[in-house]
Amino acid sequence: MKVVDARANRPQYLPETASQTAGPYVHIGLAPGAAGFRIFDRELGWDIAGPNAAGERIRVEGVVIDGTGSPVKDVLIEVWQANAAGIYAHPEAGGAVEEGFRGWGRVITDFETGEWGFDTVKPGPVGARARMVSGVSQRVRDSHPDWQGRAQEDSIPMAPHLNLWIVARGINIGLNTRMYFDDEGPANATDPVLNLIEWERRRATLIAKRTLRDGRPVYRFDIRLQGEDETVFFDV
Amino acid sequence: MTPAEYYQRDRRIHPPALTPDYKTSVARSPRFSLISLQGSMSEITGPTFGHGDISPIDNDLIKNYAKDGDPIGERIIVHGRVLDENARPVPDTLVEVWQANAGGRYRHKKDSYLAPIDPNFGGCGRTITDADGYYFFRTIKPGAYPWRNWVNNWRPAHIHVSVFGHAFCQRLITQLYFEGDPLIPICPIVQTVPDPEAIDRLTAKLDMNATVPLDSIAYRFDIVLRGRRSTMFENRLEGN
Ligand SMILES: [Fe+3]
Repeated sequence: MKVVDARANRPQYLPETASQTAGPYVHIGLAPGAAGFRIFDRELGWDIAGPNAAGERIRVEGVVIDGTGSPVKDVLIEVWQANAAGIYAHPEAGGAVEEGFRGWGRVITDFETGEWGFDTVKPGPVGARARMVSGVSQRVRDSHPDWQGRAQEDSIPMAPHLNLWIVARGINIGLNTRMYFDDEGPANATDPVLNLIEWERRRATLIAKRTLRDGRPVYRFDIRLQGEDETVFFDV
Repeated sequence: MTPAEYYQRDRRIHPPALTPDYKTSVARSPRFSLISLQGSMSEITGPTFGHGDISPIDNDLIKNYAKDGDPIGERIIVHGRVLDENARPVPDTLVEVWQANAGGRYRHKKDSYLAPIDPNFGGCGRTITDADGYYFFRTIKPGAYPWRNWVNNWRPAHIHVSVFGHAFCQRLITQLYFEGDPLIPICPIVQTVPDPEAIDRLTAKLDMNATVPLDSIAYRFDIVLRGRRSTMFENRLEGN
């Protein structure tokens, strides 16, 4: 009798490697200059947009606050963003970006105050998947009759945003969040990801406040790890 | 059409945010649930790196900070492959490592452990995987070190490892341990991982075949990043 082993045709999946905290000395590996020594010719991630990027030059500043209300002074944040045309520097993004635009950066805090900040360009809107927002997608679509985007038929616009990934001692697996812009009110109101957050008052935790300093736009974005204004974090 | 998404992360193999035995997590762990987000272009793209970003010596921690000789300690090779959950190699991805020296001391202005700094050891390295997802580091075996959690906790020897993959949602930082270390089962940070098999997979295995005779001992450590769905393309599954 012929024995057929059904398992032979099944895909053999591997389990993902488990996360572990980045620990207090994450700077040694990812930003050795901050740890207090010079080793590499080039540290990565200090220039997010490069010199040729179109769009508005902005600064983003903030502090990460723990459950006791204290600043987290040893945090490291990575930023991932599209350019001003809403295109990511990635082969599958459906378009080219400016020479030197990587759209990725690494930010560390001042060890004394916990304050961090970085310079970049303001990103443009990026297409989402219609299925992301079963409840609101029709309303979002209706409010954007002229949406062209990068014209995927299942695509609806997400408001301009930065994607942030936060690691530190005491954080067992990196925290994903997004930063939106408070001067993008209409786009934020129909953003499919913000609309996915059931509690409207929590949406405000993702919106940075714009001010001008010496005529330059500065967005303030404080991140709260706990408390009644705990920042929304995503399982992406 | 928007490129394919990644498989959802299996949170049961990762440490939860709140792990009271690792005390620092208590005030740094979100209390509300994460909001689950289907992968959009923002999550399924991620930064790309090339050999222009690094130097060839960056993966040799024995030489990349050497001033007047080699660092003190047990010379080791750490190597392996970066794969995804579909068991396919992840080529051209940046792998970064950092670690204490042989005495358990970090070259960091915030580390005040009494073990001495090694003048010839920086403690960080980086490399880019080849077409088969393979990576390789040469370094010194790190020492165990004490830390304030309970009164008398010691970290097992470990190397911190950071990997990118090709999508921002694949981003991962973890720690590599060494087979046979008796501190592994009693370390509150290791034990934040709820699955014993997942802990075993964080443990690099002695690899005699990769040793360099009379020079360096070797450990094998494979890293698995999240896998990706197949997309329907003209009625067949593409990418499988
Ligand atoms: Fe460590």
